[in-house]
Parts: sequence; C-alpha cells; structure tokens
Amino acid sequence: MGLIEKFFALLEPQHWGVHPDDHKRPAADAPLRSLPLPERLYIPLQQHIGAAARPIVLVGQSVLKGQLLAEAQGATSAAIHASTSGTVAAIGDVTAPHPSGLPFAAITLAADGDDRWADTGTAVDPFALPPPEVARRVAAAGVVGLGGATFPSALKLGLGLKAEIHTLIINGGECEPYLSCDDRLMRDFATETVDGIRIMLHATGAKQALVGIEDNKPEAIAAMTAAAQGYSEIAIRPVPARYPMGSEKHLFSELTGTEVPADGRTTDLGALVHNVGTAWAVHEALRNNRPLVERIVTVNGGAVARPGNIRVPVGALVEDVLAFVGLREEPARLVMGGPMMGSLLPHRRVPVVKGSSGILALTAVEAAGFDPGPCIRCSSCVRACPVGLLPLEMSARIANGDLDGAVAFGLKDCIACGCCSFVCPSRIPLVHYFNHAKGELAAQGRAQLRNEAAKRLVAARAERLERDAREKAEVAARRKAERAAAKAAEAARSAAASSEATT
Amino acid sequence: MISESASLAAAAPIASPHAHAGGRVSLVMLKVMAALAPATLFGFWLYGWPAIHLWLITVLFALLGEAFSLRVMGRRALPVLMDGSALLTGWLLALSLPPWAPWWIGATGGLFATIVAKQLFGGLGQNLFNPAMVARVALLISFPVAMTQWTAPLPLGSAGAPDFIHGLQITLGGLGAKSQLDAVSSATLLGHAKTELSRGLDLFHSLAGEHAPTLSPVGARAGSLGETSALLIAAGGIAMIFMGLISWHIPLAMLAAIAVPAAIGHAVDPARHLDAASHVLSGAAMLGAFFIATDYVTSPNTRTGQLVFGAGCGFLTWVIRTWGGYPEGVAFAVLLMNALTPAIDRLLKPRIYGRDRKGRPREPAP
Ligand code: SF4
Ligand code: SF4
Repeated sequence: MGLIEKFFALLEPQHWGVHPDDHKRPAADAPLRSLPLPERLYIPLQQHIGAAARPIVLVGQSVLKGQLLAEAQGATSAAIHASTSGTVAAIGDVTAPHPSGLPFAAITLAADGDDRWADTGTAVDPFALPPPEVARRVAAAGVVGLGGATFPSALKLGLGLKAEIHTLIINGGECEPYLSCDDRLMRDFATETVDGIRIMLHATGAKQALVGIEDNKPEAIAAMTAAAQGYSEIAIRPVPARYPMGSEKHLFSELTGTEVPADGRTTDLGALVHNVGTAWAVHEALRNNRPLVERIVTVNGGAVARPGNIRVPVGALVEDVLAFVGLREEPARLVMGGPMMGSLLPHRRVPVVKGSSGILALTAVEAAGFDPGPCIRCSSCVRACPVGLLPLEMSARIANGDLDGAVAFGLKDCIACGCCSFVCPSRIPLVHYFNHAKGELAAQGRAQLRNEAAKRLVAARAERLERDAREKAEVAARRKAERAAAKAAEAARSAAASSEATT
Repeated sequence: MISESASLAAAAPIASPHAHAGGRVSLVMLKVMAALAPATLFGFWLYGWPAIHLWLITVLFALLGEAFSLRVMGRRALPVLMDGSALLTGWLLALSLPPWAPWWIGATGGLFATIVAKQLFGGLGQNLFNPAMVARVALLISFPVAMTQWTAPLPLGSAGAPDFIHGLQITLGGLGAKSQLDAVSSATLLGHAKTELSRGLDLFHSLAGEHAPTLSPVGARAGSLGETSALLIAAGGIAMIFMGLISWHIPLAMLAAIAVPAAIGHAVDPARHLDAASHVLSGAAMLGAFFIATDYVTSPNTRTGQLVFGAGCGFLTWVIRTWGGYPEGVAFAVLLMNALTPAIDRLLKPRIYGRDRKGRPREPAP
C-alpha cells in the first residue's frame, strides 16, 4: 500500500454496507416445523445455474422418495429427485419463481401420502472414498449451493481439487434481514453441518475451514463451536452483522483480510466459499445416501400469522406453505428470498425450489413504496455501496441510455446487493437500473457473438465455395493434363508405330 | 392452471430491494430546516418585524418561482413543492440578506434562486451552483447599496423597535421607513474593517473607535438576518452531523481553512489582518460552513472530495475578504468551488473493491 493509498484509507475507512433492521426474531427462535405433505408437488427441472435436467420418468409412473426424476444434462447441471413417493402426474409447464412469471418445465408429482424412501444403497465412510468419488456422489444427490446462487456443488468441489484450495470458507453469514433458515440449521443440525464441512474438506483437499457467522446469531455460534470441538481444522469465526456480509467476496475479505482481485475469484487465492446449508446437504448425501429433496425455508413478514422456519419438500407451492403458517392479513408483497435481493413473486402458485431460502409476506407498511424522485446527490448510496461504486453516476448514465458511461463507472463490478436503493432518500430504483443495464449489455454481447458467428459462417461458406471451385478446377486441369498426356502418348505410340512401319 | 392474484400482479414491476431505510427527501429537508430554526428565530428576535416580513417574502417568492417554472414546463407544481427544497433555498437566501432590506430584494432574490439558478438548470439535483448563493451574488452585484445596508440590533419588544405594521412599512419601503433606517444603520465588522483599511486606516485605529463593531458569538451585532449568531448556527450544524444529515468534513475543513491563514496573516501583520476568531465568527462563515457549502447537490460525493471542497471554500473566503473588492467572500468562494465540484468528483472517486485507485484489477496478494 503506497503512501497515497494509506492517506485515502485514513480519510475513507471502508464502512461499507448498511445495517437494516434485521426482523429475524421471533421467527428465528420458533422451533423448526415440517410442512404437512401437500397432495401435489411441482418439481422444476431447472433449480440451478446451468442446463435444465432431462426427465427420465414417464407420466403415470410410480416413484419413490429420493428416486431420480431427471438427470443432469451437460457440463453444468444438477440432478432432480422425487421429494416424496407417488405418481408422475404430468411433465409440463408451471410458473417460475421469478417476477416474470414465465412458465418453465416441471414434473408434477401426485403424492401417495406414504412418503416412502427409495432404497438408496448402503452408506459408506466418506473419508475412505477418493475425493473425486465424493464429488460424484454429491453430484448424484443433486446438491446445489443453498445460499441462493444454486451453482452445482459437485462442480465447485471439483474446482477445488483442480485449483489447489487450501481454505474452505463456510458462509453462515445470513446477512439478509428476515431470513433465519441458516441460523436454524446451525442451531438444530450443528453436528451434521460440521460433518458436512469435514467431508468437503476431504473432497477439496483444503487444510482448514473458516465458518463465518454474523454475531447477531449467538445461539448458532455456540452450537457450531460446540460441534466443531475436537476438529482443529474447523474454526468458527463470528463476523460483524452488516449487510452484505454474506457476499462471497466480502465474507472472504472479512475472514482473510485480503481482497479478491477484480475479474478474479476466491479460488484464485486458494479459497472456496460454500454455504452452511450446502454442508448439511453434503452430509445427507454422503452419510445417509439422501439426495436433496427438502430444505429449510424461513416464512416471515408482517402478514404472516406464525412466522418461523419450515422444512419444505422441494416442489411444494408457496400457497401450501402460506396456508400452513397462516396469514394475518392480505400481503402487499410476496417475495421469494430475502428483502434485499429476493425476487417478487407474481402469485402464490409458485413452487419452492432448492435455492428458496425464504418466503416473505410483507405488509404495505413494510414494503412501503414511494414514487421515485430526482437524485439530490446526497451520496448516501456512495457510502453504502460495499463495492465502492458511484450508484448515482451509474444510474444517471443509464437513464440517459449511456451504457458505456455506466460501465466506465464500474457497472460490471456491481453485485446487485441493493444497499444503494435501500438508503436512497429519493427512492430511486437504482438496482433495477443496474440489472436492466446488465441485461442490455448481455444481450448486446450475445448479439455480437451471433453476428460474429454469422460472419464466420459466411466466411466459411465462401471459403468452401472457393475451395470447391479450386478443387474442380484442379480436377479439370488434371483431367486435361491426363488427356493431353494420353494424347501425347498415343501420338508418340502412333508415331513410333508409323516409324516402325516406315523403317 | 395458474390464476393470477390481482393485488400482487399490480405490483409486478417492483424490483428488489423490498425494504428501505426510511429516509425521504422531504424528511431530509425538514430536518435541515429544524436545524436552521434556532438561528432564524434569533434573527427574527434581534431585528424584529422587518426581518420576519423579509423572510416570509423571500420564501414565498422562491416557492412562486419554483411553481411558475414547473407550470411553464407543464408539470404539476404541488408534489414538487412538497419536497421542501425550494422553501429551504428561499430560507437560506433570506438568512443571508440585510435584515431590513426592502421587499423587492427578497422577491427578486427568491425568484432568481428558483427560476434561474435551479429550474433553468433542470431542477432539483441538476444545478451546478448553490441557488441561494447565486441569488445572493446576483443581488449583491445588481443592488450593491440595498445589499449592504446593515441594521443595528433592535430586538423585538425593545424601546423603538418597529411593531408589525411599522415593520411592514419598512419592508415595503413605505412612509417613514427611510428615516427609521438611517437611525439604526450600522456596519458589520468585516465591512467596517475593509472600508477603513481602504481609507488608509489600519485595524488598530479603526477597531479602537467608539462606534466600531464588536465581535459577538451570540450574535448581538449588525449583520445578515440569520448569520450573526455563530453559536446557534454551529449548534444546528452539529445537530445535523449527529442526525447523520451531513458529515463533519466540509464544515471542519472550511472553518479550518479560514482560521489557519487568518491566524498566520494576523501574526505576520496585525495592522492589516483580522484575527482568526473574527474571521470565523463573522459574516457568512458559520452559516456557509454548515448549511451552504454542505448542500448535497453542489458538493462532492466522497469524504476526501468534501475535505478538498471545504478547504477550498474556506481558503477562498479568506483570500476574497483579504484582497478582494468585497468585505465578505463566502458566497463567491462557494460558487467557485461549486464549479470545481465535478472535477473533484472525477479525480477523487472511491476505490472499487478488488481494484486499485486507477480501476485496474489488484494484484493477488502473495
Ligand atoms: S447494488 Fe451495486 S451499486 Fe448498489 S450498493 Fe450494491 S454493489 Fe453498489
Ligand atoms: S442515495 Fe439516491 S438521491 Fe442520494 S445520491 Fe444516491 S441516487 Fe442520489
């Protein structure tokens, strides 16, 4: 750090992020409940980043809980399993858990009510397995990142082996307000989670695991510390409660004191970040041979009568979950995920998926929306941005259609955390602008790729035509030459013959 | 198979986040006004009814100017007026005027501030220069006499203080107003020092005189309507810092950049340079440091930038007061620094995570 850097650091201590009211309790303290099995489950084929899974069952077929319904397809994909036993009622479109409400393919399962597990084989000692085999089993269990990014976990573990990972960072930050599913998991399943972490250490070859937990969850910290007793390679590290502490790069920096270079990943620095929920899912997959077919979902918000954490089978509808907890009033807004980064639900007939950390039914007061006003350049957003961007400048550029200008101000470094919109007194939907602009840029990029591909095709065709023509010409020339040679030979022969005749 | 729930579908385009810290522009403006209130009420008390009338007229015309501009552009005026920014602009301008100035000073100033200095630039958030200061300087240049007619304090209720009607007559420039004005006219410390210096009288002599203005941190002296009580202004400013409305960077840098050169100048040549306390406690220094230079729209948006900006405002103020043609320089200094704000913002951007100050990716730590 140069002198100038030091000077700046002194003047502008990085007080990034915001401190929203966390609204976590009482929901976090309510004992874990299980959702009564719904009659029908709608299990989407794409609950992860990457390609959708390919169904391998037929309509009308009976399946058992945990049976493979759709297999991973392509390099980045994840398997989908039956969340209960029953009959495949349909394979078709349901609504995606996304504001667009666009339909996407899912397998509809009519539950038979027995909830009978398939025979998934006998468990083996994961530490006796070679690391690639552990990763293979994690993949077979359809485990994806449960923190919300839903990246197939096995791929990440494999990446760890390739990239020489020395540190596993386990994200128990759960910095989003209202959510407490990770908190509950760590309190109730600390031993299982720690076991999952040990298996992941084995699978990646990392030497140590740092578990970052925000200090607003003392019970979880205590439970995890107790469970990790005796495993010196696992350190439970309380971190300050500040949003977005759960951002991969920010948690990494908080725990290691270094920054991930722009355009880089934590793996470049020898660290792999996984969510606590993923550790639990890995434990289930390896120790109990159980694929990922249920998860803990926080149901919270002012409109919820009995908020808390619920074990929900993948594919249950938000409607079923809300009916179970009861509504105090008609929610003004339904959100899947946390209030800072979650997405608005178009309606209630949307299934819970592997990445659903929470369902929020917010009252009009909580979701208080005002009409946006002009930017008063108060720079609240600048101070809140955990990345060090100038949201006010970027949004002004985007509003004028100047995407390149926004990129010059760092648009591509924006992590869409929502801190800027959260503090903006003019209620400007800054994140909305940024997401929109990023979408535009991606579309431009795709269009450019398409153009280039088209150009390449045209060039290839021209080349082929040219080559064909050349080859034809060559063939013709060769034939001609052959014919000429033949003629010459003929002529020579006849000449010889005639000379013979003359002599 | 899907049936839409009407109440939620109506809210479809709403993007995350679904929570908010609770601030609103009108709330911000309200809090600033609350912080301004003590110094303003003190000014009302100190200079009586004419000051109250002038304040009302200035604010009213600032609001009228805003409403007029919006109507001309075919927009509805009321929702915009409710944000409080025009009211605050008029208020700040009024505080910087001579308390017994005639009504047309407040009226032209108010209209100029919102129509020319704000709405012509594109409205709230778009103006490069502080509207109140643009109006103040415009008035000072156009009406130098009316803008430098200071009044000795004549508190409400004291003997000889004008009552409501008489105050209105003074403000409207009616009968008997002129003689009244002459009777109580006075000079400010900065003005007096400048005039006497230009006449060749050094500070030892000019400030020793019987009628020389004295320094009063409480504010019982001649000066602008709301600029005299350095203590009350600072109290309001510090309250704003505690409320998180402003940070300490601009006020501190500005006051320090006035005080330090002033102290040096005074030490070198006390006959020609007022001391640091006189500089900091006189004129618009305090109001400028806490309420004018800290204007969000026209000041830089990083802490470092704000320090540079505040220091610039302070230093230029001292330079103009010392060598310029006007005894007071805060308005000019702030406007000059306003012009530099875009450059400061461009040069002193925050460092982006994972990048160095120039925006290149950081080298991974070994
Ligand atoms: S959403 Fe982007 S710009 Fe806004 S605070 Fe987060 S990282 Fe910064
Ligand atoms: S927080 Fe909102 S009003 Fe303030 S500078 Fe940022 S965008 Fe502008």
